[in-house]
Amino acid sequence: MTLTLVLYIAAAGLLLIGIAGIVLHHHLLRIIFSIALLESGANLLLLLSSFREGAAAPIRLKDGFPAMMADPVPQALVLTAIVIGVGVLALALVLALRILAIYGTLDVREIRQSMDEEIAARAGVPLEGGRQAPRSDSDPIATLEVGGHE
Amino acid sequence: MRRAASLLFLLGLALLLAAIYRHLGPNAANVGQLIDARAPTEVGAANIVTSVVLAYRGLDTLVELSILFTAATAVGLVLGREPAATSDRDAGFILRAGADLFFPLLLVVGIYIVLHGHLTPGGGFQGGVILACAFFVPLLARPGRRLDQRWASLIEGLAGASFIVIGLLALVGGEAFLTPLLGKGGMGSLFSAGSLPLLYTAVGLKVGAELAGVLARLAAQQPVA
Amino acid sequence: MSWVASIIVIVMLAAAVAVLLLKDFLSALAALAVVSLALSVLFVILRAPDVAMTEAAVGAGLGSLLFALAIRRMGLARGHKPEDRP
Repeated sequence: MTLTLVLYIAAAGLLLIGIAGIVLHHHLLRIIFSIALLESGANLLLLLSSFREGAAAPIRLKDGFPAMMADPVPQALVLTAIVIGVGVLALALVLALRILAIYGTLDVREIRQSMDEEIAARAGVPLEGGRQAPRSDSDPIATLEVGGHE
Repeated sequence: MRRAASLLFLLGLALLLAAIYRHLGPNAANVGQLIDARAPTEVGAANIVTSVVLAYRGLDTLVELSILFTAATAVGLVLGREPAATSDRDAGFILRAGADLFFPLLLVVGIYIVLHGHLTPGGGFQGGVILACAFFVPLLARPGRRLDQRWASLIEGLAGASFIVIGLLALVGGEAFLTPLLGKGGMGSLFSAGSLPLLYTAVGLKVGAELAGVLARLAAQQPVA
Repeated sequence: MSWVASIIVIVMLAAAVAVLLLKDFLSALAALAVVSLALSVLFVILRAPDVAMTEAAVGAGLGSLLFALAIRRMGLARGHKPEDRP
């Protein structure tokens, strides 16, 4: 089990856990947590390309530079990517705060339903079945056809 | 329908990860080896990652600063005006005393990391984040206080402008934008690597002021629920 | 030293799963901070001290602070409100 393989499994694991969180959860804050995990996994995967077996960090030691050094370009890219990630997360959290203030809930399904109703009310169009699951008492083929509003 | 789309996406992701796995390991030809060999003599910084961030890929850093600026401005826009009074409880004696002790420590550590970015691991981004936390800790301890947003905006604007001005000065000298100036000094001393310490100081001040402003705005919100 | 890295990877993946499964939001935030700290140790093992410092300062410091402030303002930290089922 070389070090590269172990860290590759870690990065792939973080990516898959993050995607599972986004797909499976319905609470907006959990989805933002999963986005943070996804970003960490992507940064780790990018940094793997900078590693050489037996290399040292690309920084000068007391008597000079080490003989074999890791690749500095992916390290510089991941450095900026981490800081950008925190900026994006700050904006996501603030938007979630505003959504909570306007819609009163952080459940993604309820927010989607409220937005559909609002759009249908303003356009003057009757709201057909939702996009999530057709209602059991109506014809499933017809509701799949229209999909909400015209 | 949604489940089928998720399954298809997972299949594509598995294929992508398998393709990346096939290409793991050191590549034969890449630009990193060249930079490792030439950066100490060309730029003169002891930290090669700093010379990549500021000298070889300086435009990326400039774009990253503008992304952060956009995010901080958008946060200010979405949150709106600050409320008049806060309804937080008093923070307690331990937090107040601890904050009074932590503020000068964090300030010194942050400034050290920013100034020595070209010698040891560190630099503007790390030090800027520490400076932002340093200016936020007193706000945690005394909930009624407000960060002076005018000073924060002023420092942020001036630091960002000075980064661009230093880059433009290289244009005046006839070289490309953001070429390091001012000669290389002795390797390993504080005044080495030309204009790199100045650039990182500007970056550190900008990032610190921006993130402190974002944190202060977020902390001053009234609870929604 | 790949067995040290393996142990840290196992801790990190366990904490990542805990972020999704824990009901209380502040506990999930603590698990996210554990993921960030383990990630910064892995960055040191990967010979990238600059990136490790950035990840430690941003992930475990500023990022967790942002999340905690937002959780408090959303009112999800008082008592132990059960969240909606996933």
